[in-house]
Amino acid sequence: MKDKKFISYLFEVAWILPSVAIPVSMMVAILVTAFAVGVRVPTSAGRVSISAVVAGTDSTFSQTGLREIAPGRYEAIMLAQTFMFVPNTIEIPAGSKVTFVLTSKDVIHGFKIEGVPVNVMVIPGQVSRVTATFDKPGEYLIVCHEYCGAGHHVMFGKVIVN
Amino acid sequence: MASIAARARPLAISADLSVERKLAGINIFIALAALAVGGLMGVLQILRYNGLDLYTPAKPLLPGGYYQGLTVHGVLNVLVFTTFYIIGFLTYIFAKALNRPLASSRLAWATLWVMVSGLLLAAIPLLTNNATVMFTFYPPLKADSLFYIGLTMVVAGTWLLLVNMILTRNAWLADNPGQRTPLPAFMAIVTMLMWTIATIGVASEMIFLVIPWSLGLVGGTDPVLARTLFWFTGHPIVYFWLLPAYISWYTLVPAQAGGKLFSDPMARVSFILFLILSIPIGMHHQVTDPGISEMWKLVHAVFTFGVFFPSLLTFFNVVASLEYAGRRNGGEGWLAWIFNLPWGKPEISAQLVAMMLFAFGGISGLVNASYNVNLVVHNTSWISGHFHLTVGTAVALSFMGITYWLVPHLTGRALWSRSLGVAQAWLWFVGMGLFSHFMHELGLRGMPRRSDIGGAPYVQDEWRFFLFFAMIGGLIMFVSAIFYYLNMIMTLTRGKKLAEVPDITFARALSGPEDAPKVLDRLLVWVAVAAVLILINYLPTIIDIISTATFDIPGRRVW
Ligand code: HEM
Ligand SMILES: [Cu+2]
Ligand SMILES: [Cu+2]
Repeated sequence: MKDKKFISYLFEVAWILPSVAIPVSMMVAILVTAFAVGVRVPTSAGRVSISAVVAGTDSTFSQTGLREIAPGRYEAIMLAQTFMFVPNTIEIPAGSKVTFVLTSKDVIHGFKIEGVPVNVMVIPGQVSRVTATFDKPGEYLIVCHEYCGAGHHVMFGKVIVN
Repeated sequence: MASIAARARPLAISADLSVERKLAGINIFIALAALAVGGLMGVLQILRYNGLDLYTPAKPLLPGGYYQGLTVHGVLNVLVFTTFYIIGFLTYIFAKALNRPLASSRLAWATLWVMVSGLLLAAIPLLTNNATVMFTFYPPLKADSLFYIGLTMVVAGTWLLLVNMILTRNAWLADNPGQRTPLPAFMAIVTMLMWTIATIGVASEMIFLVIPWSLGLVGGTDPVLARTLFWFTGHPIVYFWLLPAYISWYTLVPAQAGGKLFSDPMARVSFILFLILSIPIGMHHQVTDPGISEMWKLVHAVFTFGVFFPSLLTFFNVVASLEYAGRRNGGEGWLAWIFNLPWGKPEISAQLVAMMLFAFGGISGLVNASYNVNLVVHNTSWISGHFHLTVGTAVALSFMGITYWLVPHLTGRALWSRSLGVAQAWLWFVGMGLFSHFMHELGLRGMPRRSDIGGAPYVQDEWRFFLFFAMIGGLIMFVSAIFYYLNMIMTLTRGKKLAEVPDITFARALSGPEDAPKVLDRLLVWVAVAAVLILINYLPTIIDIISTATFDIPGRRVW
């Protein structure tokens, strides 16, 4: 009887050790990619007044479009609204590093660019700020990937890399 | 031998559980009706993905087309079906395990009536295209206020069951001093405790933000605060769905398979860990949100890996129990014992199939939870692929499997066809395997979820192949669902009257409750631990959002 208890105890330990080891090692892998390799997620980038954005008087969002802020370094100011991105096409040379700065004029939208790690929600009253480097020439699809109403599925854009 | 042993034991007198039986029956009936309508919407979706538009002919019933259908699919499948089923199942299992009716039968009926009234109120705007806001209803999408009020009532109704359970357990403890709460009752009450704490989030969202705003009492709202409160509930809700399935896997399936539960203490530990770890991790759904700091997202990601631990404990404990059953039935070898499980029983097949697909769901869930890897999959069809394995299979198929024995038990009618039940389970396996595999693939290729793909201008050519096979999978699931409902309807109307209604047998444990530390049963201690972790992980972010919020975002009806 005692023996049987001991064996079943050993069994439990044999299960528990890998149950701890697996999540811990995955955790370490994530910390390494986040901080050593530098694949970061969106973070707070401040608030913005929705009425100013809608009225076109906000200092950042009254002038949408692409700006070169340093050689090969761009900033794209964009608005998401039902059911389009303004502007909806961004054209840049290969190798450019672009910071996208967005907000929404109405409901929540999504902003995902295929092929680069850009994936951020666009929320009215909030600024979304994400950066990516476009090395390969080609067309990168931008889709709105949060339900934003009856025309959600026609809301998309492009990054054209020459 | 067995019968002599049974007679030698003093016969326990069965308590009169007629109220609990009725409540289980009514709740599960409502749940299954909701799933039928919700599931049908899924078929419309998968056909529309491939250009077959049934929304035009369905216009009189479904004026809002794809997006109304998708809202109905989400709300009915994961809010209504799950909640009503769980309340019905836990009410009965809890009373049965304690062999004692709920402390207040009036409170038990009130639970049902509050929930049903809420459901009816919410259904009006949902079905008239006045709440096409998805089951997540993110403001500033603005539905008719009845939708929010109704859903809040459904949640508030569930709290009454917890109150009843606490009263009942206290009375039981007074009658059985020094005894351990029987495992199924322990698990049921822990589930409801976790759920009640978790729903503080969505209830505050509704009561303080959304309902006053939808009634026009305040002009604006704050979407980030609303999302944060929503996901405070929205992550643990998945454990609210899963834990009842685990209760079946831990305490019923081993007995139905001819074996025992491997370890009762390990099962208790895992439920306590779910109680304390399910909630302080909700922001892993907001990895891509602006307005929340990267640091807190990372903390939630770390804790998310913590909750992986009780999941693995569950996996190992359940598999060890099944192995024991397989060997008792004459099975041998490393894995060959699997064939000695009673696959001919539909309740067993369905739940084993659910477990197998759940393993894949767990793996894709780990990807979702992996902080920056989430950027690849967030809001793509990968996520749809993932949760159809978890809630759509581990939960939904287990719940169907449970009805294969529970409906005969409650109604005294034999299941109409056992082999149809087994076929149903395997069809779900094949259909869901295909569907979810191709949805995962589509997600990796950038297909967004919640989008009327059939009408989208950006569909990529390479998606079409995957969309087609996802449809094949979806249609096989549809056939499986038809088999299921046919079996249930025939059982209710034509099922043979049983001379003797089989009783429920809970699994006995190889390592029993006497080996479990006593402190595990001190639920208040664990609630306090949970509260501390929740405060640490949520308070700074919530204070930060509230202190910077302007509550000036107007509502929109964009459908
Ligand atoms: C015949 C079976 C089913 C089919 C063919 C099906 C199909 C689909 C499809 C294609 C989507 C994605 C729609 C989109 O993102 O645009 C979806 C979403 C969803 N499904 Fe299913 N489904 C089925 C059964 C289920 C079941 C049993 C559940 C859960 C119990 C479920 C829960 C969900 C949820 C929660 C969503 C997400 C809704 C949203 O994004 O708001 N489905 N389903
Ligand atoms: Cu959209
Ligand atoms: Cu989650």
